[in-house]
Amino acid sequence: MSHPALRAERGKRQAAAPAPAGPAAPAAPRRGRVVWLTAALGAALVVLALVSAATGAFRIPLGDVLGSVQHRLHLGGRELDRVAESVLWNVRLPRVVLALLVGASLGCAGALMQGVFGNPLAEPGVIGISSGAAVGAVGAIAFGLEFLGTWTVTVFAFVSGLLTVLLVYALSRSGGRTEVVTLILTGIAVNAFAGALIGLFIFFADNAQVTQITFWQLGSLSQATWSKVLAVLPCAAAGLLIAPAYARQLDLLALGERPARHLGVDVERLRIVLVLVVALLTAAAVAVAGVITFVGLLVPHLLRMAAGPGHRFLVPASALGGALVLLAADLAARTAAEPAELPLGVLTALIGSPFFFWLLRRTRRRQGGWA
Amino acid sequence: MRRAGRVRSARDANGANGALARLFGGRAAAAASAPQAPGGTAAEARALTVRLGARAVLDGVDLTVAAGEVLALVGPNGAGKSTLLAALAGDIAPDAGEVTVAGRPAHAWSAPELALRRAVLPQAAALSFPFRVADVVRMGRAPWHGTAHEDEDEAAVAEAMAATEVAAFADRPFAALSGGERARVALARVLAQRTGLLLLDEPTAALDLRHQELVLRVCRARAAAGRAVVVVLHDLGLAAAHADRTAVLHRGRIAAAGPPGQVFVPALLGRVYDHPVEVLPHPETGVPLVFPRRPGKSSQ
Repeated sequence: MSHPALRAERGKRQAAAPAPAGPAAPAAPRRGRVVWLTAALGAALVVLALVSAATGAFRIPLGDVLGSVQHRLHLGGRELDRVAESVLWNVRLPRVVLALLVGASLGCAGALMQGVFGNPLAEPGVIGISSGAAVGAVGAIAFGLEFLGTWTVTVFAFVSGLLTVLLVYALSRSGGRTEVVTLILTGIAVNAFAGALIGLFIFFADNAQVTQITFWQLGSLSQATWSKVLAVLPCAAAGLLIAPAYARQLDLLALGERPARHLGVDVERLRIVLVLVVALLTAAAVAVAGVITFVGLLVPHLLRMAAGPGHRFLVPASALGGALVLLAADLAARTAAEPAELPLGVLTALIGSPFFFWLLRRTRRRQGGWA
Repeated sequence: MRRAGRVRSARDANGANGALARLFGGRAAAAASAPQAPGGTAAEARALTVRLGARAVLDGVDLTVAAGEVLALVGPNGAGKSTLLAALAGDIAPDAGEVTVAGRPAHAWSAPELALRRAVLPQAAALSFPFRVADVVRMGRAPWHGTAHEDEDEAAVAEAMAATEVAAFADRPFAALSGGERARVALARVLAQRTGLLLLDEPTAALDLRHQELVLRVCRARAAAGRAVVVVLHDLGLAAAHADRTAVLHRGRIAAAGPPGQVFVPALLGRVYDHPVEVLPHPETGVPLVFPRRPGKSSQ
């Protein structure tokens, strides 16, 4: 199955381009675009991170942010006054770093999942992985489990997220293929079951825990601390570092399982590794930020439209793009309705759902829907 | 593949002219890519039995594929042609008997090792994401990534695209092509893999007359270069005109195998296809032409 929106997009572009000189020639413009896009994403990320650190109820000028960061890195600069220093280092920066980690994890997990399922609609939120991971996290809170310290919630999110991925995978595949309808219906079933479990945990939880659990369901970064950053860093870093190594094999998987095997891919192993990576990344995101949907769907889609479906670009770029989107969304969430703060998950869903809808409409118009 | 990738990065870091790559990944690859001497055994099935549930889809099949020949598998629907091809490809484990590829049991090779030795064209070409045609053909080079043969990538891709006449739409997305164009792109990918054994499942099914001939000429050229080509065909005329040998499958067994002139006889084909068949020699070349007997016309 191919993505018609992209096909049309690319068709338009190529119609305008001059005829290629030979089979090797057309690779060049796209490579240029890939480099350009990666650089742009990276630069935008740095700028937005600094702006985000400077913006808020307590304004810190951009120059002061830079100076303070320089100072801490022992590269000159200067220390700020006590309040500004505290706001910057104990409130803003953990939040910025957490947004980067969570966004990168979600974007990367989306790209991987779409590759593994061979299906552009696969996304941790849509097919229920995020709510599966949330069940573990909410359960850990509701029963007051703390035997693994700050990692308890992350570990529970990981285990239940992993079980959910395996379940969805087993339920939605038949004959080596994943039908879109089966996948979405499986997602509905999994989301419903996870919702019921979370409801059950809320029923048994006390008031303080209910407040904490509500935060999970809305999705937010407002509780960001350095210890939370540390709690998810291993999961996120491991996932983000392992993922690009499998990009080339994911390209081959687009041909189907058997053809991929004919080209030397150990398909079973590839799938198991990537399902583990997706569970790691999703758990990392859900454990600290709750359920944030659509980032993993939106980011890889836009990048595929811009620079083609090659996973060697798509996987790392989706991490960068996811980080950028979540950083922007979090900045909007905490500044749009000042002094109140919008829940981040609600905001991404508000923007993401219409995009999803547009995607469905566009596909139906062009090829009568997804098979 | 991952090991090969690491070797390559080691080579890059070393800057030692690929010596390291040749030391580790290159040796096996070099042995794999050299065409075998004509007549050598490229693949073999011995007493091969494959069951699907209780039914034996293949039942005691013996078949040898020699380097330098085009072997056509023909037979009615459900006779086991595709299953035999899949078994030769190492996709299906035999329930009894054995399949060897390049002298070793097919299941003894790892997936990356096997990919250097045989290429497979599936019946239907699917693609999940809108890769461009050139990208798809380049995927055929993936098994050689990190080996000394990586240098041939561009040449192999260009050659395969020229041979299948797909170079003109190299930059178009695969999904925008017609069925016949897709089939040729899929074939180009398989050719770019440059393996000693080619297994093609109905490569001519979606093609017009001209491109059917083109594909079988490509098969012949590969065989002439010392590769072994096994091709599943429905058109007996094509098989007769282009194959060195044909194997006629019937209910999971080989009903006959040999040069088309010897195998394509009315009695055998009539029995296998359960329909009376006429075989006439071509007036100029003498190649057998096979026709189903049509009541009302041929009986007059």
